[in-house]
Amino acid sequence: MARPLMLLALAVALVGCAPVDEPASTASAAPSSATACTKEQLTLVNAGKLTIGTDKPAYEPWFKDDDPSNGQGFESAVAFAVAGELGFDRSEVQWATVKFDSAFAPGKKTFDFDVNQVSITEKRAQAVDFSKGYYTVKQAVVAIKDGKYAAARSLAELKDAKIGVQVGTTSFEAVKSVIKPSADPNVYNEQIDAVNALKNKQVDALVVDLPTAFYVTAAQIEDAKIVGQFSSTGGAPEEFGLVMEKGSPLKPCVDKAVDALRSKGELAKIEEQWLGSAVGAPELS
Amino acid sequence: MSERVTSGRVPSERQRERERARRAHGRRSASIATVSTIVFLVLVLWAVASSPGWPRVRELFFSWDHFVAALPDVASGFLLNIQIFVVAEALVLVIGLLTALARGIRTPAFFPIRALATLYTDLFRGVPTILVIYLIGFGLPALRLQGIPTNLVTLGIIALTLSYGAYVAEVFRAGIDSIHPSQVAAARSLGLSHAKTMRYVVLPQATRRVVPPLLNDFVSLQKDSALVATIGPLEALRQAQIHVASTFNYTPYLAAALLFLLLTVPLARFTDHLAARARRRRGA
Repeated sequence: MARPLMLLALAVALVGCAPVDEPASTASAAPSSATACTKEQLTLVNAGKLTIGTDKPAYEPWFKDDDPSNGQGFESAVAFAVAGELGFDRSEVQWATVKFDSAFAPGKKTFDFDVNQVSITEKRAQAVDFSKGYYTVKQAVVAIKDGKYAAARSLAELKDAKIGVQVGTTSFEAVKSVIKPSADPNVYNEQIDAVNALKNKQVDALVVDLPTAFYVTAAQIEDAKIVGQFSSTGGAPEEFGLVMEKGSPLKPCVDKAVDALRSKGELAKIEEQWLGSAVGAPELS
Repeated sequence: MSERVTSGRVPSERQRERERARRAHGRRSASIATVSTIVFLVLVLWAVASSPGWPRVRELFFSWDHFVAALPDVASGFLLNIQIFVVAEALVLVIGLLTALARGIRTPAFFPIRALATLYTDLFRGVPTILVIYLIGFGLPALRLQGIPTNLVTLGIIALTLSYGAYVAEVFRAGIDSIHPSQVAAARSLGLSHAKTMRYVVLPQATRRVVPPLLNDFVSLQKDSALVATIGPLEALRQAQIHVASTFNYTPYLAAALLFLLLTVPLARFTDHLAARARRRRGA
């Protein structure tokens, strides 16, 4: 008869240790007044520092040399600009490696906001908070120059192509809703896997966002070309947003920072500097 | 061989009394187990549900709407998993058995074969399955050789077969080693060749002994069919991942987990059943 008692004790112990570490202040009480955005008043993961998350490896043209902290590459530059708006200087910004999958996991976060080419969608916004969009993105098709689909002029011509995409990207949805291919696309864990699949001729074409397409054709596969970009993926334009914990008290402040950067022309300048080449790909319709 | 003992025997009165007592004891144990399990579950559930993060966890992991939305895609992906592991399991049995037999050959002239078999088991048992899948999935096609399959599912099956063939070879070898040497000696003294001794005396006994560990490896293989996702095909885990990425809600993973459980749990119980039967046969 001792055993049920022990079990009971175990269960009680479990109950006893269940409710932990929920700082009551973070979930509720978002600062509603617009003046609360000074550095000292922000609720931060690490006191005194702004912690920004992104995945590893961090690819060009979004980052440079797989090092987000160097301020180079579009997203690194945007992140530092937002930090600057919030009143942090460069030495007060630290970076955390955050897998795409864990950026939206519930529970304690290791970052104040995450920057990882995350497209804002309504469904995703039910699980996390997004900042206002900092970049409008278009999807593009990449193929090998002498391949069957390199000369495609319309989406209809791509219907029978075997297409590769990276998992978790809106590219996958764009493929399904815009190209509607006859065969399922191949879905890869990492961008580099999709690139290798194209090199190996396991897929006929890749669908990635346009800046990535420029990087793929310029640096990753020499004999590849951009077939074209999608004119639209239907509905509202796709925008990248900074990811924050649902109900993050930081959101109004980050939004304000993004707005300020946009109205000052700062965002356009950063885009021109790091994604300047990303214009002029033919539109597929 | 040993079945003969149990058939057609009439148990004595004392034996029947013993069995009755055993059954009564079994029933009592079962009811105590049931009650304590229920108490335990209720307490744990209450603890989880009253935790401060529970509303958020419920919304992100146990959302019925997301479950329903993802299930058709995840289930269609799961068909691919089934296809992968059914073919792989059949191939694994063949490769495993052949490798085990090759390692058992003692004739000096066949040393290269024995060495090769040992090398194979050492290599593929030592390398993580996901790496094997990666190397086969991306490496083989990169060779651009004629006749190398480019179909991702085929490549995945090859990789899983290589990896699990090595495990299963060791399981078979253990089974073969577990047959008492007197059996071999007896067979050889009857004039059976090495091959015939294996075929008619050793393997039938060995195979029966290794069925539970074999099924165990198969449960493992069924789960690892999800690793094939890394090279591209849309199997259950990948379909779930796509839904998770597009909604930022984790419930689709739960749908995939459920499908795997529906398959692996019955197999696990069947394994238990076989093990119990083997124990009974030995009279324990």
